[in-house]
Amino acid sequence: MSAAESFVAESPARRPRLFVALGLPPMAWLAVFFLVPMALPSALSFGQNVTLTRIAVTGSLANYAHTLQPLYLRILAKSLAIAAATTLVCVLAGFPTALAIAFAPARRKPWLLALIMLPFWTNLLVRTFALMAVLRPEGYLNKGLGVLWRLIRAPAAALGFAAPPFHPLALMNTDVAVLIGLVYVNLPFMVLPLYAALERMDRGLIEAAQDLGAPAPRVFARVILPLAMPGVASGVILTLIPALGSYLTPDLLGGPSSLMIANVIERQFHAADDWPFGAALSFVLILLTFVALAARGAMQSRRS
Amino acid sequence: MRRRSLLAGLGAAAAGISLGGLDGCEAPVGRGRNGEEARLNLYNWDTYVGATTLRDFRAATGVAVKMSLYATNDELFARLADGNPGFDVIVPSNEYVTRLRLAGLLQPLDLETIPNRVNILPTFQNPAFDPGRRWSMPYTWLVLGLGYRKSRIAGVPDSWKWVFDSDRYAGRIGVFSEADDLVRLGAMYLGHAPRDLPTPVIDQVAAMLIHQKPAIKVFHHDEGQDLLLAGDIDIVMEYNGDIAQVMAEDPDLDFVIPREGSLLDSDCLAIPTGAPRPDNAHAFINFVLGAKAGAEIAQTIRYPTPNGAALELMDAAYRDNPVIFPPPAVLARCQYGEFEGLARSRLYDETLTRILVS
Repeated sequence: MSAAESFVAESPARRPRLFVALGLPPMAWLAVFFLVPMALPSALSFGQNVTLTRIAVTGSLANYAHTLQPLYLRILAKSLAIAAATTLVCVLAGFPTALAIAFAPARRKPWLLALIMLPFWTNLLVRTFALMAVLRPEGYLNKGLGVLWRLIRAPAAALGFAAPPFHPLALMNTDVAVLIGLVYVNLPFMVLPLYAALERMDRGLIEAAQDLGAPAPRVFARVILPLAMPGVASGVILTLIPALGSYLTPDLLGGPSSLMIANVIERQFHAADDWPFGAALSFVLILLTFVALAARGAMQSRRS
Repeated sequence: MRRRSLLAGLGAAAAGISLGGLDGCEAPVGRGRNGEEARLNLYNWDTYVGATTLRDFRAATGVAVKMSLYATNDELFARLADGNPGFDVIVPSNEYVTRLRLAGLLQPLDLETIPNRVNILPTFQNPAFDPGRRWSMPYTWLVLGLGYRKSRIAGVPDSWKWVFDSDRYAGRIGVFSEADDLVRLGAMYLGHAPRDLPTPVIDQVAAMLIHQKPAIKVFHHDEGQDLLLAGDIDIVMEYNGDIAQVMAEDPDLDFVIPREGSLLDSDCLAIPTGAPRPDNAHAFINFVLGAKAGAEIAQTIRYPTPNGAALELMDAAYRDNPVIFPPPAVLARCQYGEFEGLARSRLYDETLTRILVS
C-alpha cells in the first residue's frame, strides 16, 4: 500500500470515531481559548459605555467610524511605516546571516543557530532594558565611541587637525532607537525561515550555474534569490505582523513621536477607559494583519 | 518609589497575581468578638505596606490579613465592576475613589469606628474629592513638580514654563505621558483651575505642547526619576517622592513645585461594596491610621504620609525633607485632579494622542 493509499484509508469517512477523538481536543481548545476570547472584544467593539461599569453592545458602528479619523489613520500609517522599515532592515541583515549559516560546515550549524535563538532565553522586557543601557547618552555605545574618539583625537591634534570634543549620539527616545529595538527583537524570525529555505536548496543548481560560467552576483540574483523567495515571504510575514503590533519597544525606546497603534490601544483599556474603541482599534489592526497574509497568499498562488 | 506605576506602564502588570481564589482555599478560621470571621482580604499595590503591618494587626486583633496585589487602578476597578469577589479593604487613588463611588462600588465608612482619623493632617481631612472623608481615608499622598539637575539648569526652575513653553532646555526635557495630568497642568500654567476646562483651553494646551514637542526629549511613564538620574534629561515632570528617592543617590538633583501650582495625588483606604467583613475592614483602617502602624508603613515604603501622629515618630531625614513635605504655603496652591466623567477622560486621552502624533 502506498503512502497515498494509506492516507485515504485513514480518511474521516472511513474512521469517523478516530477522527472525532483526535480532532475534538484541539478544536475544543481553539473554541475556548481562541474563538471566545476573540468574540468578546469583537462584540465590545460594537458597544458603548452606558454607565461607568456597564458596556451595552448596541451594534453601533460609531467606534469604527472613530478609528477612521485622520488622527488614527496617521498612527496606523506611521505604525505600518515603522514595521515596513523594520522588515526591510531584517531582510537586508538576515539574508547574509542565513546564507552564512546555510553554507557553514555542518558541525558548526547547530551552534550558529543556537546563537540566533539565544536572545529568546531572555524576556523581551529585560532585553529592551538592556538595549536602553546600550543606547542612552551615557550608555555603553556612547562610552565606547567616546573612548575611540579620544584615542583618535590625540594623534589627529598632533597632525594639526583639531577634532572637537566627543558629543554623545542622541539615539535613545528616537524613531531610530525604536527601529534598532524592533530589528533586534525580530531578526531571528527573519533568519530562521530564510535559513530553512536556503538549507533545502539544491546545491547542484548553484554548481550548474557556476559551471556554465555565471559570475557570483549572477548566481545569487538568478539562482539563490529566487529559490529563497518562499523563505523571504515567510520571514517578511513573521517580522511585519509582530512589528506592526509592537507595544513595548516604542513605549520604552521611543521618543515624543514614536507612538504606534498598540500604544494607543493600550491607553484605551487603561487611562482612557474606552474599551469599545480600544476593541475597534484592535480589530482594525487584525484586519491589517489579514491584508498582509492575503497579499502573501496572492503572491504564492501567482508563483505556482 | 512609584515602581508600581512603572511596572504597570511597562505592561508587565502582574496580571495573574490577583486571580487566585480568595475564600475557598484557606483553612477555616474562628470568629472574632464582632462575630465576623477573624480574617481580612486586603487588595493593595505591590510593595505598599509596612514590613510588619499585617503581622502587627493580627497580634493586635487576631485577624489574619490576606493581601492580593494589583498593578493599576484600572485593574482594581475592573475586578470590582463585576461584583466584589471578597475584598474587604482596597487602596484606590483619589480619582478612583470618585469613580468607584459613582459606580456604586464603595460603601460609606462608619467614622465612629475610626477614631484614629484625628491623626490625619489637616490638609487631608477634607479633600474636594471626598468632603468629610465619608468614603475613604488617606494612606499616602504625592505631588507633581519638576525634578532637575542643578548643575545643568540655571537657578530654580519654579515654573511649568520650562517644560511646557520654552526651548531653553530643549532636548533635555521630560514630561509625564499621563493625559489628565498633562492637560490639567498645562491649563494651570495658562492660569486656569484644573477642572471644567473649556474646549478652547484644552486646544490651547494641545497647541502649546505640539509647539513644545521638538524641545521635549521624552514623554515618560513615571520613570522620570530614573531618566534624570541616568543623565538622559535634566528637567522632568515627576512626583516629589520619586525625585526624593534619586536625590538620595545624587546630590546634584533637586525638586521644585512650580509657582503656578500643581496636582496632588493620594492613595486612599476604602471598603468596597459587598465586603464580607466590614467590621474587620474598619478595624484595619483604624489600625493603619494609628501612629505606630503609620510610622512603620512610612518607614518601609518611604512615601509621604498624611498621618500626622506617624510623622512625629519618623526620623528627621524623612520628616524635615522639604521635597517629601513641601511648605504649607506651596501645598496650598496644589489641588487634586478630579474625575469628571468618562467623556472627559477620553477627551484628554485623545488630546494626548493628538500631541504625540503631530
